[in-house]
Amino acid sequence: MLRSAVILVRRDVRLAFRQGMDSLMAVAFFVLAVVLFPFGVGPEPNILARIAAGIIWVSALLASMLSLERLFQADYEDGSLELLVLQPIPLEVLVATKVFAHWLTSGLPLVVVAPLLALILNMAPEGFWALMAALAFGTPSLSLIGAVGAALVLGSRRGGVLLSLLILPLYIPVLIFGVAAVDAAAEGFAAKPHLMMMAGILLASLVLAPWASAAALRQALE
Amino acid sequence: MQYFANPTRFMKLTQRLGPLFAAATVLLFGLGVYFALFFSPADYQQGESVRIMYVHVPAAWMALFCYISMVIAAAVGLIWKHPVADLAAKATAPVGAAFTFLALVTGSLWGKPMWGTWWVWDARLTSVLVLFFLYLGYIALNSAFDDPTRGARASAILALVGAVNLPIIKFSVDWWNTLHQPSSVVRLDGPAIHPSMLWPLLLMAGAFTCYYMWVLCLRVRSEIIAHKVRALRLRQAHGWE
Repeated sequence: MLRSAVILVRRDVRLAFRQGMDSLMAVAFFVLAVVLFPFGVGPEPNILARIAAGIIWVSALLASMLSLERLFQADYEDGSLELLVLQPIPLEVLVATKVFAHWLTSGLPLVVVAPLLALILNMAPEGFWALMAALAFGTPSLSLIGAVGAALVLGSRRGGVLLSLLILPLYIPVLIFGVAAVDAAAEGFAAKPHLMMMAGILLASLVLAPWASAAALRQALE
Repeated sequence: MQYFANPTRFMKLTQRLGPLFAAATVLLFGLGVYFALFFSPADYQQGESVRIMYVHVPAAWMALFCYISMVIAAAVGLIWKHPVADLAAKATAPVGAAFTFLALVTGSLWGKPMWGTWWVWDARLTSVLVLFFLYLGYIALNSAFDDPTRGARASAILALVGAVNLPIIKFSVDWWNTLHQPSSVVRLDGPAIHPSMLWPLLLMAGAFTCYYMWVLCLRVRSEIIAHKVRALRLRQAHGWE
């Protein structure tokens, strides 16, 4: 089972790098979206420092949602999803594996780029490690929760817009605690309680989301 | 429960139940409004605007109650492939969304004179707003497929996932320090609200519940009839008549 999982991760990562440069596009979107804000709210360093955490988190959220639609869609269209479902490994494990590959190609790059963006938004340096830790806990949760939506909209009309309507409300808790952790650290308070909440959200979604997305995939392929 | 799986039996039952609920709605609503406007005292702090409570609180209860019913119906439809349960879940969503919207709007109207602001981003208000978006997502997903059974299944899973939000709404006033006041009716040591205010509140809650049941009967009946019409049209188109 572990071997199949490793093979699947390798396949998905390779596919992501070879076709369309998915992860690069997500990162480019993330950077561009963040860069828009100084023009929108004005370039005063104090204001930017105050809202930096929120800007980065909202942009990361939208960027990770951008690539979600492709999580199952391509495999669904060319039929390889049906072959994957027929494999002798549980569908829940398969979903978790695909989500992990998705996170590697679209979540992890965001974590890496985030400190750079925090720098140009004039965020207090104390907040940097909290931002990376919060994103490291938060982006896998986003991928996991998003997988449920991606599986649900398979084969529907206007899947992309529908996906954002379904998923964005469920992203709100991650956003709240993610921003709270960074703000606390930047202002010299403890970020640990918020980070532990985020770890809790990650664990809960790690248990529940593969199960729900597997159910959604089963009914999509019926 | 399997007894009502038969749409014909369901139609027969609701033909009698529907008007009953309609009558109960009109009666309870009339009594509730009369008591709320004329027989209950104005609050010593809030003045006359406390009367918004008689719409706001029942609407918020119904927003949760409709979601719980929707989740149960969706689960039954998903597990036992129960056609009437799917229709009941689908019929509940717009009613629940309307109650949630009503709770948000009346809360906002109440918040302006009491808190001095139309909206605050505290835990209770935010989680109810999320509930509203969950209803909208459910409705959108339900109608997004060409095959209605696929829409019913997919949206049922979404409803079950969204149930995570229910305890957060219920306990948000206890877990976080919010501007929204904690519950004063449902308490272990009895309601902390005077009977002169409790009675109109309960009457209105009863009226809202009966209204929901009435609309649910109407909507599920019309869905079943629409299915029959579609089946008849298909037969005609295929020339089986």
